[in-house]
Amino acid sequence: MHSRPSVSGHRFAGIGSFLPLLLLLALFGITLPGCPSNSSNSNEIVIGHFGSMSGSEATFGQSTDNGIKLAIEEVNAAGGINGKKVRLITYDDKGDAREAGTVVTRLVTSDKVTAVLGEVASGLSLAGAPICQENSVPMISPSSTNPKVTKIGDMIFRVCFIDPFQGSVCAKFARGDDLIASRAATLTDQASPYSVGLEEEFEKAFVALGGKMTTKQTYQAGDQDFSAQLTAIRSSGPDVIFIPGYYTDVGNIALQARKLGIKTPMLGGDGWDSSKLGEIAGKALDGCFYSNHYSPEDPNPRVQDYIKKYQAKYNATPDGLAALGYDAARILFEGMKRSKSLAGADIAAELAKTKDFDGVTGKISIDKDRNAVKPAVMLEMRNGKPKFVSTIQPDK
Amino acid sequence: MTVTHSAPEIATSQSGPPSPRAGRRTSVWSGLWPLAVGIALAAVLHFVLPRLIGQYYSRIVMDIGIAMIMAVSLNIVNGMTGQFSIGHAGFMTLGGYAAALLTYYGSLSIWGTSLRHGGFLGVGEWMFAVSCLVGGLVAAGAGYVVGLPSLRLRGDYLAIVTLGFGEILRVVLQQTGKVIDDAEALKAAKWSQFFPPPVGGAVGFDGVPKYTDLFWVYTFVTITVVVAYRLKHSSLGRAMISIREDEIASQAMGVNIARNKVLAFVLAAFFAGAAGGLFAHEAGVILSPKDAGFQRSFDYVIMTVLGGRGSITGVMLAAVILTALPEMLRDFEQYRLIMYALLLIIMMLVRPQGLFGIHEVWQLWPGRGPRTAKKKT
Repeated sequence: MHSRPSVSGHRFAGIGSFLPLLLLLALFGITLPGCPSNSSNSNEIVIGHFGSMSGSEATFGQSTDNGIKLAIEEVNAAGGINGKKVRLITYDDKGDAREAGTVVTRLVTSDKVTAVLGEVASGLSLAGAPICQENSVPMISPSSTNPKVTKIGDMIFRVCFIDPFQGSVCAKFARGDDLIASRAATLTDQASPYSVGLEEEFEKAFVALGGKMTTKQTYQAGDQDFSAQLTAIRSSGPDVIFIPGYYTDVGNIALQARKLGIKTPMLGGDGWDSSKLGEIAGKALDGCFYSNHYSPEDPNPRVQDYIKKYQAKYNATPDGLAALGYDAARILFEGMKRSKSLAGADIAAELAKTKDFDGVTGKISIDKDRNAVKPAVMLEMRNGKPKFVSTIQPDK
Repeated sequence: MTVTHSAPEIATSQSGPPSPRAGRRTSVWSGLWPLAVGIALAAVLHFVLPRLIGQYYSRIVMDIGIAMIMAVSLNIVNGMTGQFSIGHAGFMTLGGYAAALLTYYGSLSIWGTSLRHGGFLGVGEWMFAVSCLVGGLVAAGAGYVVGLPSLRLRGDYLAIVTLGFGEILRVVLQQTGKVIDDAEALKAAKWSQFFPPPVGGAVGFDGVPKYTDLFWVYTFVTITVVVAYRLKHSSLGRAMISIREDEIASQAMGVNIARNKVLAFVLAAFFAGAAGGLFAHEAGVILSPKDAGFQRSFDYVIMTVLGGRGSITGVMLAAVILTALPEMLRDFEQYRLIMYALLLIIMMLVRPQGLFGIHEVWQLWPGRGPRTAKKKT
């Protein structure tokens, strides 16, 4: 050993500086037992919510969570479900499919929740749903519009319309009296299942209605420069540009399009729906339209009553995702009230029977594929604020 | 090749003198027993752990296993050979896609369904294990291609090449075709539907049968760790370490630098590809092009840096800490990622050389010298 003094000297220094590391490991030890606090109190019903509370679509998860919390507050104030109070556990999945799988496993197997609410993004719902299905825990997605989500099994429901409907609504609107567009260009986020799916459905419906596609451009979420795509779109001369993206990118695209002198109206889906959209784009999006689940300007008293409550609690106007989270939670509670037990299969059977539920986002019925049949609304951006244009009913 | 006896002083002083093997009869067993013990332990984990700590914590243990394979294999390139690669998640994703392509379409055409077939060690699981190995081979092929520029480039420049590999792969995978949903559609499919391969494009590859469990993850961890350990203590590994310490000096000593660098890349890519296969078949995971991006690669680079250059046990411990930490911090809700980053900074300030530096865990134990490492082999 004496031949290598440097090695042994280093070794002893190593022990000393290991102390902070040991402290860190001790912190592990403290947090570890503190984690599963699932004391299954027989007087309460625990439900889980997984959403992107951080990351680039953070407002999605936060809005949905606010909506759910409001619904829970209401049901608990009214005496709970058959005498039992409802408690919510929310986990953040960072908008990452792998994290979504992990947190749903935690909700279902460790926290032993009665039902799961989530996710907004279809890709994340697809990751979480098989775990709920396998463990017979009902899951309601408030706003995943991809048709594949509910095909996973009889435990998976949704309370929003699906992409084929939204795509055809947008196409109909583009061909209709408001825009009278015969040539459309699309700009799709090619990394997002939501965006790709909606583009396909829009194109199908638009061409079926006699329209013509001029160019199909793509971008990646998080891109900063869209000038190449926008120039190509400008030179193809469309009457309308369909951008089925999420609000952050849409805002940037709109700003850059106006800088390039493109005055063509833009059209989008519910991914636009965020109070941040107006903040990012300002007036650049004026005269553009998007389809959504509800409008805060809808004169329906059910909607106005909800908005009043939401404003009292959060001091903000609820967006579509908050309304869907609220509706998803309320449909779940209705199903639980009717259900003969709190077993997953019983609740799922009752959820499937939901018919003409008077939700904030319209009259909701669950069809045999566990999808919601309900109307959509079209909104127009004016002065950076979405204004109600019309309600479009589903085809019966 | 004259590599065998030319390992320079520096390398020997870290890993101890090459341990001469005893009689030839015992050498076969002494080579195989760590594997046997590891696989037996994996089986024990598989049957005991879920009952002991529940599915959620078992899943974290499984993720830790996959992270260990990734970190230990990346450590061959980054830690031992000193080449800075930040495209490791690219190899993982490539292997994952290759393996998933095999099991998904294999299951569809053989059993008519993409669901799991057979129980523990059943036919389905063997198909899964073989396709993980094939995924590894595909990734190794890519590793060879990516390894070639490393002959001319080093440091930051090589990092950019490997970064480019991951990003190119991500964009290419986004252009792939739709997944063919069931057996009938598969029979009716035209040849043109198989090019580009039908692996889901941007939507991700969903419907892959879920075979990954603790047994297979820790079997692969065992293989990876044993190979990495034996490599580190072989003439080949010492040649790699000599490249890390001083490329010119080691070339002067007769080390074939080109061959060793490419070999490091190929080996690391192989294990990353196998880990990708495990990842693709894990429940609650949808393999998507996003996984090939640099963000995931950085997770593994952080593990190798935190673990210490070339220290296998250090890197394994780092994989445990960095996979478990974000989950343990869940109680802090939206502040957890800030906490995570803060703890990373603190750890790097306290141990800039990594958890164990260039040593293994038993070399740091008080009163035990590097010589005792010999017993462990």
